[in-house]
Amino acid sequence: MTSPAAPPQPARLIDHFQYGLDAPICLTWELTYACNLSCVHCLSSSGRRDPRELTTAECKAVIDELERMQVFYVNIGGGEPTARPDFWELVEYATAHRVGVKFSTNGIRITPDVARRLAASDYVDVQLSLDGATAGVNDAVRGRGSYATALRAMENLRSAGMSGFKISVVATRHNIGQLDAFKALADHYGAQLRLTRLRPSGRGADVWDVLHPTAAQQRQLYDWLVEHGENVLTGDSFFHLSAFGGPLPGLNLCGAGRVVCLIDPVGDVYACPFAIHDTFKAGNVRAEGGFTRVWRESELFADLRRPQTGGACTSCSAYDSCRGGCMAAKFFTGLPLDGPDPECVQGHAETALAAAGRTVPAAGQDHSHRRKPVFVSIGERPHAERTPPVSACAEHPLAGFRPTELP
Amino acid sequence: MPSFDMAGPWTLHPQVAVRPEPFGALLYHFGTRHLSFLKDLRLLAAVRLLTEAPSAADACRTAGIREDELGRYRAALATLATSRMIVQRTPSRADEAP
Repeated sequence: MTSPAAPPQPARLIDHFQYGLDAPICLTWELTYACNLSCVHCLSSSGRRDPRELTTAECKAVIDELERMQVFYVNIGGGEPTARPDFWELVEYATAHRVGVKFSTNGIRITPDVARRLAASDYVDVQLSLDGATAGVNDAVRGRGSYATALRAMENLRSAGMSGFKISVVATRHNIGQLDAFKALADHYGAQLRLTRLRPSGRGADVWDVLHPTAAQQRQLYDWLVEHGENVLTGDSFFHLSAFGGPLPGLNLCGAGRVVCLIDPVGDVYACPFAIHDTFKAGNVRAEGGFTRVWRESELFADLRRPQTGGACTSCSAYDSCRGGCMAAKFFTGLPLDGPDPECVQGHAETALAAAGRTVPAAGQDHSHRRKPVFVSIGERPHAERTPPVSACAEHPLAGFRPTELP
Repeated sequence: MPSFDMAGPWTLHPQVAVRPEPFGALLYHFGTRHLSFLKDLRLLAAVRLLTEAPSAADACRTAGIREDELGRYRAALATLATSRMIVQRTPSRADEAP
């Protein structure tokens, strides 16, 4: 998505960006933890709505701030963001204030009518989540029926003339072999393929060991990305693979707290979308000074913007290209933050991952659907008269009937 | 190198937002959803001057770009034109983009 358009300059953009900007370039905003699905790798452990969710008015106040800060666009996610009854109202409000919207959805609410409205807007982009090019692979991760839901949404978008929407795929052990099939699917629907990295965040921590690509698959993925270049989006998420050779398109920089961040449904601000944990919490938009103050003054972000040391990676020849990889991936696999990424392509994390004493941090929050039913007992009101309900227009044959022989 | 008409009138695309940064500016096109970085303050000045200048070359000169540097800046402007960050404008004032 970058297109450098200037005469050669001594300073690289990455040098400017690593010390942070006055405002994020874009940010991720999870609008709700509510979701109709229960994907096994959900970054935000979504499922149930949080009762403390930001209100419509509070969301609009955040959008006002983003407009003042000239944040060009927000990546809205969740949960399933369209589950919020005020979702379209907020999208409209944002775009009217020149804050572009890209939103991620599993497609559940993308009806033909919604697709037509989306196609008519220049300021809204849609990202459909799909984690398998076939129903079998997809539904094993995202739940039964989710493939059909996504494809129906894609068909609706195509029929409405919405071209260039994104199909967003989390690369896993089971779908790396389907990269060409994903590309064909995207081409078929006039969409663009977006591949992102499986992070051990949220519920992803529970399945990372069995779902993250093998070392051989990482190589396969890298080669495929190099071959398809700019036509496939990655959200800059595979920069740890740069250590294989040439850098991939993109900034190849961890932007956490420097050029990106995350606002969660209750207004907490985290360094990045993959780091919903107290360790990476910078503040809350409800506090005085709002989001702007969190972005500009939080200690955590100031810390992230200081020059980082490579730690155990400093002596590695690949450090300049991979920069030690992903902070969140290290944190949630229990590895030191100044050491190698758990998926270090040089294999430098293997010993640490195999170490007996390795512990992974406890989850920061969990809004997952409850797996077991919650039993509630509905008893009789004590001392209440046992009568059927009666209203002014009651025509129930038993209205007003008082059984007298009950104990 | 893509061709670029330095003698013609140009303007920033109406859907492009410019955000000043210490190193120059970020340009974002809401239509194409492309982000560009301007790392040169004089190039930024020239881009901002385009709408009011009779030609791209005039905008460059007003921005303090020397004749012997015009070639390099022409290339940068051509790149911006390719990504539709800047577009040609009709010379008549009445037809200008708002």
